[in-house]
Amino acid sequence: MQNLPDFILIAVILLNFFLLGTSRLGACVQAVALQGALLSLLPPILSGPSVHALSLAGGAFCLKGIVIPALLLRAIRKLDINREIEPRLGYIPTLLLVALTTAGAFVFGDRLPLLAAHLNSLVIPASLSTLAAGFLTLITRRKAITQVLGYLIFENGIFVFGMLLAEAMPLMVEAGVLLDMLVAIFVMGIVMNHINREFSSSIDTDHLNLLRE
Amino acid sequence: MLLETIILLPAAAAVLAGLVPWPRLRPLLVPAAALTHLGLVCRALAAAGPLAPAESMLGIDSLGGLTLLVVSLLYAVISLYALGYFRCHPDWDNRIFTACLLLFLSAMSLATLARHLGLLWVAVETTTLVSAPLIYYNRNKFSIEATWKYLLLCSVGIALAMLGILFIAYAGLLGHGEANIQLDHLLASARFFSVPWLRAGFVFLLVGFGTKMGLAPLHTWKPDAYGEAPGLVGGLLAGGLTSVAFLAILRAMQIMTAAGEQAIARQCLLALGVTSLLFAALFVIRQRDIKRMLAYSSVEHMGILAIGVAVGGLATYGAMFHMFNNALTKGALFLSAGNIHRHYGSKRQCEILGSLSVLPVSAGVFLAGFLAIAGSPPFAVFLSEFSILRGIFAAGHPLLSGGFILLLAVIFIGMAGTVLPVTLGPTYNETGTPGGHRETLLTAGAPLLLLLVVLAMGFYLPTPLHTLFSQAASLLEVTPS
Repeated sequence: MQNLPDFILIAVILLNFFLLGTSRLGACVQAVALQGALLSLLPPILSGPSVHALSLAGGAFCLKGIVIPALLLRAIRKLDINREIEPRLGYIPTLLLVALTTAGAFVFGDRLPLLAAHLNSLVIPASLSTLAAGFLTLITRRKAITQVLGYLIFENGIFVFGMLLAEAMPLMVEAGVLLDMLVAIFVMGIVMNHINREFSSSIDTDHLNLLRE
Repeated sequence: MLLETIILLPAAAAVLAGLVPWPRLRPLLVPAAALTHLGLVCRALAAAGPLAPAESMLGIDSLGGLTLLVVSLLYAVISLYALGYFRCHPDWDNRIFTACLLLFLSAMSLATLARHLGLLWVAVETTTLVSAPLIYYNRNKFSIEATWKYLLLCSVGIALAMLGILFIAYAGLLGHGEANIQLDHLLASARFFSVPWLRAGFVFLLVGFGTKMGLAPLHTWKPDAYGEAPGLVGGLLAGGLTSVAFLAILRAMQIMTAAGEQAIARQCLLALGVTSLLFAALFVIRQRDIKRMLAYSSVEHMGILAIGVAVGGLATYGAMFHMFNNALTKGALFLSAGNIHRHYGSKRQCEILGSLSVLPVSAGVFLAGFLAIAGSPPFAVFLSEFSILRGIFAAGHPLLSGGFILLLAVIFIGMAGTVLPVTLGPTYNETGTPGGHRETLLTAGAPLLLLLVVLAMGFYLPTPLHTLFSQAASLLEVTPS
């Protein structure tokens, strides 16, 4: 059981590679869901099964692992899109960048001033690498839905960092953060629907270039 | 209890707006809630003192109180305009719009009263989410693009701010052994915090909330969102929401000041402020779209606020005063621009020339509002910008003050190139477009009222307001021990 958190965090890092290396959107959503679900197990494992940790884990599991992926999968079905074709940057270069940022995360994480208890933990590298993966997804992909996924990956990275700070956020605030995230995905889903309708069945954000100087 | 009511009243009205089945009566909820809200805010401010017990989640201090007053006052006047606006479009579905409009007020109030960084974050993120449907109200290709950019950029920006909050919490954990991010607690113990984490946290907060505030180079969503949103939403975003985001940055400044890291925080803020002025000066010239022009003017004034706080001393007082003036003047400008836009069905300069002869009040307010926002006396903006300028001189930055004046002059000339033909130019179309909306008492009266307040404040600043500005400024200057 000692290695369980490390195992989860390594799985999270590997999922980052998978996310940026696959073109199938359905698989991407499922990977993000798996990532979120795995992460939601961390609070009770790392800080003991308190009410706070258990409720956080339950809420995060439901939202990140079930509700939000279900919303996104429904959107994919409804909009009838399967693949991210022609990303701004090819899959091989993006994977190389993920490898680089992950390596960088491990090197950089070692140099940060940390509490003794956090010195050899994988939390910081996993967090930084996931944040970088989220950013890369946001930057290199064209489809509105992949950009939403990038935002979710980024949120996952923040969630990992939050593991260092068990009690910083009161439960109410934690619930507010999760609720905001759900509503954000919901609103983004609606906007995606409208983009699809306005721009003749496409959610390529490249169409969104009418407004410029 | 009063503070909770201030937050929950508009939210309750929003729920009611969702339930009321009559589209003609529903808009009445907005001014009803807004005016009651304003009354409650005035009561809360009058009763203020050391109201909040330490370690509470909600509380009103002079910084938050000032922002709340600005938001509530602007919102109350705009809610009257909204009544007229809904009458212009009686057949449009207004259920979601009204509900989101009311939730927007609730979320902004929560942000100003939050004494916990996490709660502040939740409130600011909620403002993004409930204002997105407001921007999309016109339902066309342009507004959907603007909404998407706004939603994604601001959400990612706010996510960065969350990271910044966590960094600050870790700075506390590492330096002080406790990761409590309640504001009073942070201010009391910030001097023990781990400096690298605190600085990193500040930068992330600045970038995150700076995106929301629209400081250049993080402003790219702003011209699109302000350009495509209905005029009243533009006014609320440019006057209310930016002030709330500014407050969030000021909270970060307070923490840095308490930690003795004020110098570096001010340098960061100054850099963003000067960049904002530069960007605004570059893009406002030959800007042919009046609402986009106002967006760049908003970038400019966010830059002025940032510079004011970054310089400190008298300039901080000026910045507090300026936040008030900017909000009301931007409200007047956006509302009158909305009237012009609605009448001509266009916001391009070439199609709305000489609007003064067709829409005397709206175009008049637009012209006078331009003079006001550019800092001409006798409007109050002149006084606040002058205070900031004097502060810059007093702090001994001759180069900065020279550049400040130069950029303001460039922006003035750039805006004049658009505003003067639009209002005073030769008339392009005598009759206006067929079916163009005329101005009514509400739609023309609301911007006029806002502008009159700014004008009156230029002649006489009531003592309670002056005290509020001074107290707010002193919160940013003094290190609480």
